[in-house]
Amino acid sequence: MAGLATSLGAGAATNSLAQMPDIDMLFLFGSNPTEAHPIVSFYLKKALRNGAKLVVGDPRKTWMARRADVWLNLRPGSNIALLNGMVNVILQEGWENREFIEKRTEGFEELKKKVKEYDLETVEKLTGVSKGNIIEAARLYSHADKAMIVYGLGVTEHQTGTENAMAIANLALVCGHLGRPSTGIMALRGQNNVQGASDLGPLPSSFPGYQAMSNTGAREKFEKAWGVTLSTEIGLKSVEMLEKACEGKFKGIFILGEDPAQTDPNINEVRKALDSLEFLVVQDIFHTETTKHAHVILPGASFAEKDGTFTNGERRVQRVRKAVEPIAGKAEWQVICEIATRMGYPMSYRHPSEIMDEIASLTPIYGGISYARLEKESLQWPCPTKDHPGTTTLYTDLFSRPGGLAKFMALDHKGSGETPDSEYPYVLITGRVREHYNNGSMTRRSPGIMELVPEELLEINAEDAMKLKIKNGDKVSVSSRRGKIKVKVKVTDRSQPGNVFLTFHFPEALSNLLTSEHKDPITGTPEYKSCAVKIEK
Amino acid sequence: MSDHKVKIKINGTEICCNRGDTILKAARMAGVRIPTLCHDDRLEPYGGCRLCSVEVKGVPRLLPACTTPVARKMEVITESETITRIRKRIVSLMLSNHPNDCMRCEKAGECALQDLAYQYGVDGSEYGGERWDLPIRQANPFIVYDPNKCVTCGRCIRICNEVVMAGTIDWVGRGFHTYPDTAFRKPRSLSNCEFCGQCVSTCPTGALIDKKGRGKGRVNELTRVKTTCGYCGTGCNFFLNVKDGKVVKVTSDYDAPVNHGNLCIKGRYGYEFIHSADRIKTPLIRRGDSFHEATWDEALDLIADKFTGLIKKYGNKSVGAFSSSRCTNEENFLIAKFARTVFRNNNVDNCARV
Repeated sequence: MAGLATSLGAGAATNSLAQMPDIDMLFLFGSNPTEAHPIVSFYLKKALRNGAKLVVGDPRKTWMARRADVWLNLRPGSNIALLNGMVNVILQEGWENREFIEKRTEGFEELKKKVKEYDLETVEKLTGVSKGNIIEAARLYSHADKAMIVYGLGVTEHQTGTENAMAIANLALVCGHLGRPSTGIMALRGQNNVQGASDLGPLPSSFPGYQAMSNTGAREKFEKAWGVTLSTEIGLKSVEMLEKACEGKFKGIFILGEDPAQTDPNINEVRKALDSLEFLVVQDIFHTETTKHAHVILPGASFAEKDGTFTNGERRVQRVRKAVEPIAGKAEWQVICEIATRMGYPMSYRHPSEIMDEIASLTPIYGGISYARLEKESLQWPCPTKDHPGTTTLYTDLFSRPGGLAKFMALDHKGSGETPDSEYPYVLITGRVREHYNNGSMTRRSPGIMELVPEELLEINAEDAMKLKIKNGDKVSVSSRRGKIKVKVKVTDRSQPGNVFLTFHFPEALSNLLTSEHKDPITGTPEYKSCAVKIEK
Repeated sequence: MSDHKVKIKINGTEICCNRGDTILKAARMAGVRIPTLCHDDRLEPYGGCRLCSVEVKGVPRLLPACTTPVARKMEVITESETITRIRKRIVSLMLSNHPNDCMRCEKAGECALQDLAYQYGVDGSEYGGERWDLPIRQANPFIVYDPNKCVTCGRCIRICNEVVMAGTIDWVGRGFHTYPDTAFRKPRSLSNCEFCGQCVSTCPTGALIDKKGRGKGRVNELTRVKTTCGYCGTGCNFFLNVKDGKVVKVTSDYDAPVNHGNLCIKGRYGYEFIHSADRIKTPLIRRGDSFHEATWDEALDLIADKFTGLIKKYGNKSVGAFSSSRCTNEENFLIAKFARTVFRNNNVDNCARV
């Protein structure tokens, strides 16, 4: 999200999902919505039924890739090279939107100079995508009236994740495909409240609503409302806290509803960090790999047991309503208040609606949101005032950067942190399947889902399977420089030769023992989508 | 009046509607109820069941409201003797090949066919003849299909092919023996079905029902709580159906702004974790290698003491908090506030980057 924030101003999807059926051209990049976001895929399928052209950038032959007009089967980690190459084709052919570039952007000359280095020969070599496909994808995208780029974690979960998102913004800006209905960039968020969790400030360098800590006015506002002097020192990201813990310099963490010991990459290091803490509190609804390391475990309340709101990937704030009483008696918001009060900072709210009122009073983008309004209408932020209708399309007029102009970013191809070699010849991509969700703690408790998908399967191409003399259902060991797991094989053409795929839903086969320690230096997002492994019978 | 608007009369009342709207849509906007069985707003207009037949002035036959677009100065009558006679006949024909066992049917109370039979006073005794006697299909974890209760409206087929594009079900057989089924009538498995339950969500009768909710409560015994799904970031709304303090079923909210009643396997069928026996039910405190149950007071006192102690001993920069994109906005805001006002640092982060 930092990528879009740098290029356009806000780290958020630019349009509404409901606009998707009207798009003329869909560029789906690093996203498998038929499995990871099935309801979004219904919108996209409707667009396809309405005749939209489809270009898919994905190393896996997904449902969408099978139906694409052009499938860009790029090598994992070569996103920037491919996007630079497409921009270069567009500029060479004169397919760019000059008026948009002149009026609404800055930094075009730097971009132009940079992408010149990415001629078709070079790009074909770096990405493995044929020249013809690159040209055709660039033509389809630049010529469309309403073109939308939809991207997923295949873009962001790389060490160049932030830059990948910027490269996507470059492509959209060159063609002027932003700021209109059904035309823009949609980032599909992995978890239910990723957007809300970013919006509301559990971030080490900004206050709720992306208000910079360096902004004195914002700081004074929060200091006044909260009655304390706030630290001006930028805090530590989660990965940094864990690194410092390993060094013995960080002592206590309160973890609310996360499972870094299963879902973070290179989890042996994470486990070491958690064990080095003097005091670890974990609040969760189930025992996880992380709770094993805790000193105190607090029971969490599931979404069915509390009132609140979630913000979805299109910035829509929606109510969560209590259907049953919290199984353990308290919801997380009550627990946080009680600990704060015990530590000498009294916090008390009678109902989450009062917390939302405080959010609205301190966070301009949520300024007009209240539970009373949400009973009657559905609002997308920015919604600054009580009579504001919310915003479906961002940047119709100005970008939310200083000066209102979007910025082109000149980017270099860096590739993945770890590439295959003779010892570890395969690239491992991780992701989800439709039936399960993340660490699996929720879906694995549905007997029906477990009946359908009971275990992890390594997806491998028939060509590779033949080379390794393995067949469907064989048990193999997959190992990387960091760890080793045993897993059954599924031979499928969804994986291309050289690439294999695993989910991260099953603690019996922890794929994150294998994933690499490389991460995006800007956001800290780990490179889940690419690491080198070997496969042995 | 702009080019996009047209004026028509429904039952003598003039209304303004959008050009391109069907009579059914215009009538609904004006608050006029027209019965339908084969219509679902999520699907293309179909005109299969003919229950929505209406009279249009100047047209010598009845027209289906669900597929007929409005036109300027159109005058529509939605209730008349002829219309009632036709609707009765249709419902009667449907009931002539229907088990009519409402007393033990899962759908009773929210069944469109039952409602129509009630509305038009039809009991199914008018016509005799052959009835289907087909096996009930339930060799899968989620969906029970009793083809004998099917009214062949085609909604399940259309939602599976138009919306989900999974192609699991289509018409099989010929003539009287035509009904929706899987290819070669094979049991549903992951190789032919996504188990999204979209077919169940659109079925107007008890032909397709959720296996897991079967026998868990009649519709009037259930409290429906509208909420937002806790899985991916799409933000689908649905109803949690609660009986005796337990979530027994998830059902579609057709008015939801994002998903219009559509759901996937996780949203519709992945709710058992809520009442799983594995849930952590009390605070737990570590003693050596094992955990001991504690009261909230014990646990929260200990947490407050420990963090206060760490801050005193190592300084306030030695502690921090992780928040989660699984938690609500309000909880994320509070944990951000907590780190800043209680820990007095900015060591707070969330897994949104992960």
